[in-house]
Amino acid sequence: MRKIAIYGKGGIGKSTTTQNTVAALAEMGKNVMVVGCDPKADSTRLLLNGLAQKTVLDTLRTEGEDLDLDDVVKVGFKGTRCVESGGPEPGVGCAGRGIITSINLLEQLGAFDAQYKLDYTFYDVLGDVVCGGFAMPIRDGKAEEIYIVCSGEMMAMYAANNICKGIRKFAEAGTVRLGGLICNSRKVDRESDLITALAEKLGTQMIHFIPRDNVVQRAEINKKTVIDFDASVEQAEEYRKLARAIESNTMFIVPNPLEMPQLEELLMKFGIAD
Amino acid sequence: MLLRHTPSTTPERHALTINPAKTCQPVGAMYAALGIHNCMPHSHGSQGCCAYHRSALTRHYNDPIMSGTSSFSEGASVFGGQANLLEAFTNIFTLYSPDIVAVNTTCLSEVIGDDLTQIINKAYEEKKIPAGKIVIHANTPSFTGSHITGYANMAAAMVKYLAKKTADGGRQTDTINLIPSFIEPSDMAEIKHIAEEMEISYIMFPDTCGVVNSPLDGRFHLYPRGGCPKEKIEASGSSAATIAIGVLGAQPAAKLLDTKCKVPFETVEVPIGISATDRFIDTLRKIAGASVPSSIRIERGQLVDAISDMCQYTYGKKVSLVGDPDILVPLVEFLNDLGMKVQHVLTGTSTNKYKFEERIKNICGENVKILAGLGKDMYLFHQLLQADKPDLFFGNTYCKYIARDMDIPLLRIGFPIYDRLGHSYQPIAGYRGGMNLLIRILNTLMDRIDRDANEEEFELIM
Repeated sequence: MRKIAIYGKGGIGKSTTTQNTVAALAEMGKNVMVVGCDPKADSTRLLLNGLAQKTVLDTLRTEGEDLDLDDVVKVGFKGTRCVESGGPEPGVGCAGRGIITSINLLEQLGAFDAQYKLDYTFYDVLGDVVCGGFAMPIRDGKAEEIYIVCSGEMMAMYAANNICKGIRKFAEAGTVRLGGLICNSRKVDRESDLITALAEKLGTQMIHFIPRDNVVQRAEINKKTVIDFDASVEQAEEYRKLARAIESNTMFIVPNPLEMPQLEELLMKFGIAD
Repeated sequence: MLLRHTPSTTPERHALTINPAKTCQPVGAMYAALGIHNCMPHSHGSQGCCAYHRSALTRHYNDPIMSGTSSFSEGASVFGGQANLLEAFTNIFTLYSPDIVAVNTTCLSEVIGDDLTQIINKAYEEKKIPAGKIVIHANTPSFTGSHITGYANMAAAMVKYLAKKTADGGRQTDTINLIPSFIEPSDMAEIKHIAEEMEISYIMFPDTCGVVNSPLDGRFHLYPRGGCPKEKIEASGSSAATIAIGVLGAQPAAKLLDTKCKVPFETVEVPIGISATDRFIDTLRKIAGASVPSSIRIERGQLVDAISDMCQYTYGKKVSLVGDPDILVPLVEFLNDLGMKVQHVLTGTSTNKYKFEERIKNICGENVKILAGLGKDMYLFHQLLQADKPDLFFGNTYCKYIARDMDIPLLRIGFPIYDRLGHSYQPIAGYRGGMNLLIRILNTLMDRIDRDANEEEFELIM
């Protein structure tokens, strides 16, 4: 089983990219599980055709610790197994602790057992690695590959670089490695060149460039992944390409995060139109 | 023998504390809360925290210390402790009907960021707190400060929640507020005795006399007779003045009372020994416009007499101390007055708000080694003692291992004292407390002389 965590700046399209890629993998006949690690619990909406998920933490709260795996795992598009960690409402409690609790519980319940014959587990983690809890998916060899979703915008690159600092820390002590950057295009000038250059500096690759296409939004409104919504559109092929690139990826590295001036230099070089 | 490997050298040490010279903030907060009459302390966190804080106080006072807990589970840590605390209020007021619940936070509830003010307001809105009852809270994360900080925070919370401003914001009464630092109920009683002898009207809070040293009368009292009633703390806002007895433990509350209700304050050191008690009584005399009665002059005179009778036994004796800053300073001063040579003073409590080092050097010169603040621990204290062995040292129960290892007499002082009786009943504050302390010092030193004397030097009359 390959264990993959997806990180990236808030709002960059992690959940959308993850679910669309998972849909492509499922289409290829892979057994995939998605673990949403975001208190908003919106990481599996497209695979389940709606926000139908009862979260691990909600279940824990209402039913206590002896809950059943079937209470929290829902089967979605083409047999994908979907779990949402959930978490507290905004402004209270500790979302980071929630992720730790949830992942521990899933392990105890045997969610990753061999009987499910999983080819992939995807952890979709919210925003930045703001505290220890959000690093849980990359601790103790849980996820071993990380892909960072970013775009050519400064803040997205800054976040990607920052996440690399977290990865480096855990990579030095464990098995987690960076598998590449996924550029989710915002139609920034020379975006592909910019992210390719950033990836090189970090010591990794831009594993795929996903062009911007409104069909993604249309599919989302219909609570579907692009492949589920219309398997024939061009954008569906893009996600298939990404899925194949991940399937055949062999480049797993410990990233070298950039210093702030280096990052700005990069932006100056590519970011200013001509 | 325990601790026999502690070396006499002190190589540099980072990021490691061995046998800390302090304890958790909530221990102090809980102790302060017990100084309110009919008050139920409540610990907002996991059960283990509360169990530890209660047992620390129970063992120290040999009296059952009651406290509620929010009993955080995994779920409460993730979703916040609001639901638990609201339920706790319902249960506490229904089952134990205190007048007031004093909530202290814990490391866990602080780290997840529970907003106690908001939760308490919600409890009022939802009528979880019956009419006429009050809930106060203090933030007491143990990863900062010590039990002294926790005590100071809870004392300040009493002012914040309870003290009431008079309508015109002016002085209404001749009453003087006495806010003691983290000291024993016996010392609080001694301070009250002095004020009473001087016929001064006072409000003391926190006041743990009669709470943690209450008499056994065959019945169980959930709320013993002692403690400052909440009405009196409310009235402290219209007192003429406040005396904060102790810089770290008491001054924050006094300062807040000044800011909130315009009650001016003066800070004095805890009246331990002749000099500090003289200054305390003088401050009390000036602020309250009272005169010092002959009864107090007699107490003082007796102490002076005893000191001069026995000074040959104390003079030049080397002494080291570990404890809490508010007690250490006047204690050092007293020992210095007795002619003793203070060698080491160590505290694990941060003294940033106190000119601690300056004060002690002022009292006993430049040669004294002073170590204060984070990371200063019993192990370091032991190392210092190994390098320069004193004749006598002061510290809490944990020092008994050092005493045994080095065969130095230990006088138990401070918190916690788990293995001897006395601190609850026999004061060290005031002149009478000074007498107690002197007697304990002399008995300890003279027992040692008798124990170690050659037969031809073994004296009948000392």
